[in-house]
Amino acid sequence: MSGRERLGALSMQTAFLAVLFSVWYVVTEGSQITSLFLPRLPRVWSEMVGLAASGRLYAAALVTIPTIAKAFAIAAIFGIAVGFLVGRSERLVRLLEPVLSGMFAIPITLFFPLFILFFGIGPDSKVAYGAAYGFFPIALNTIAGFSNVDAHFLRAAKAMGASRYQLFRHVYLPAAMPVVLTGLRIGFFISFAAVLGGETISSAAGIGRAIALSGELMETARMFAWIGFVVLATMILNIVVLAAESRTRRD
Amino acid sequence: MATIDTSRFAAAAMPNEQRLGVASTRVLLVLGLLVLWEVYARLFGRAGMVAPPTDVIGALGPTVFGDPKVRSAVLLTFVELGVAFLMSVALGIALGLLVGIGEIGRRGLFPIVLFLYAIPQVVLLPLVVLIFGLGPAGKIAFGVSHGVFPIIVNTIAGMRNVSPLLVRGAESMGASRLQVIRYVVFPHMVATVFAGLRLAMTMTLLGVLLAELFVSTGGIGYFTQVYAETFNPAPLFALIATLALMAVAINELVRRVELRFTRWKQ
Repeated sequence: MSGRERLGALSMQTAFLAVLFSVWYVVTEGSQITSLFLPRLPRVWSEMVGLAASGRLYAAALVTIPTIAKAFAIAAIFGIAVGFLVGRSERLVRLLEPVLSGMFAIPITLFFPLFILFFGIGPDSKVAYGAAYGFFPIALNTIAGFSNVDAHFLRAAKAMGASRYQLFRHVYLPAAMPVVLTGLRIGFFISFAAVLGGETISSAAGIGRAIALSGELMETARMFAWIGFVVLATMILNIVVLAAESRTRRD
Repeated sequence: MATIDTSRFAAAAMPNEQRLGVASTRVLLVLGLLVLWEVYARLFGRAGMVAPPTDVIGALGPTVFGDPKVRSAVLLTFVELGVAFLMSVALGIALGLLVGIGEIGRRGLFPIVLFLYAIPQVVLLPLVVLIFGLGPAGKIAFGVSHGVFPIIVNTIAGMRNVSPLLVRGAESMGASRLQVIRYVVFPHMVATVFAGLRLAMTMTLLGVLLAELFVSTGGIGYFTQVYAETFNPAPLFALIATLALMAVAINELVRRVELRFTRWKQ
């Protein structure tokens, strides 16, 4: 995109957000009926400030963030290991790839009560649930990355006498990396959503639990404040990931 | 979702003999896993947590599908899923066309759509329940909010995939705007849109099930929770297996329809 086009897109997005927030403001200030479904904007803001100042945001994040980190770490380690082992052999790819992608189509959510049963109501069940969700896209992308290396490159490198390590370091790795990174990104956001979802459905602490609790108590403004924090976190994560991606692409 | 082209590894691309070999190895693999599971559950598993496959099959008939309540729950979930999916398709394609048709909309609004898609929607579940209530309406709404985004995104992506050369060619031969859309843009969009539909089906099912687990008033989600909480794993696994098979079958069905519509390309 040229600078001018980017400016146009940016101003349009700003305008969209401005319209969204002003409609929200006008609708809620004008009538009292909707306050249960859609709280007044200033109320949401003061709730957000209150949650941040009282340390409740910090306490909830202290449960949720390590849970997400653990879930993603497990998913990444197992996903890349399985994907690498399978992806190097054409026979294994043909055998296992359809099995794995078939399993990915099964909603793991159905097993969620089992996760609670096995690992308890604490963060452990959410770690396992998030890891199970994040595993499949990472494994499938790693398989795709390692099995799609152009045969010409392999033959050329072998003809020039590359050792097994050199073949891996200079041919397989650079070819597979972009696809594996895509898998990690998808896996991360799926784990992120799964952990929050697990916390919302059945948990004792964490941000998802806070959202569900304020919903059950019909404290809509507080619920919107919590949701606002999640939206902000998503926004920041997206910007970070996009920046990291455009950097790796430039190299 | 990802950039995986599974068709390359599909059995159809192989000679007959090899196809049989791969298929039978795959069956053996699944059978082996089932045997392992059976042995583990019989010898080491705690009763109430894990059920061996033979018990699961035993539970399928009498406990799960013999119970009219479970039958109507399965039916309810599928009605919700169907309604939510149809609504997602209509809404998703309409919004996708609206955003994707013009350069300005695509540049300005598409990033907003992508951002909304990235938000973990499950955090909105309590809000959806608050607005739509505990009944099927809330589950359908949550299913739609999950299903609509992959369709919007893929519709927009599909419109962008049409080569401008083809559009210009059609225009220079005197095609009207409507004709360009009907005969050039639509046929080229089909593959991408169907990829979106398949993903949307999975996501809609996820949304409906999440809502059922959260509100627990009916449907399959309710019964999986009941079985799990009463330490009754055999019917739980039977129900999950049934649903998993149905999910795979639906996926296959959408893929078949897709093949029909994209056959002209081959």
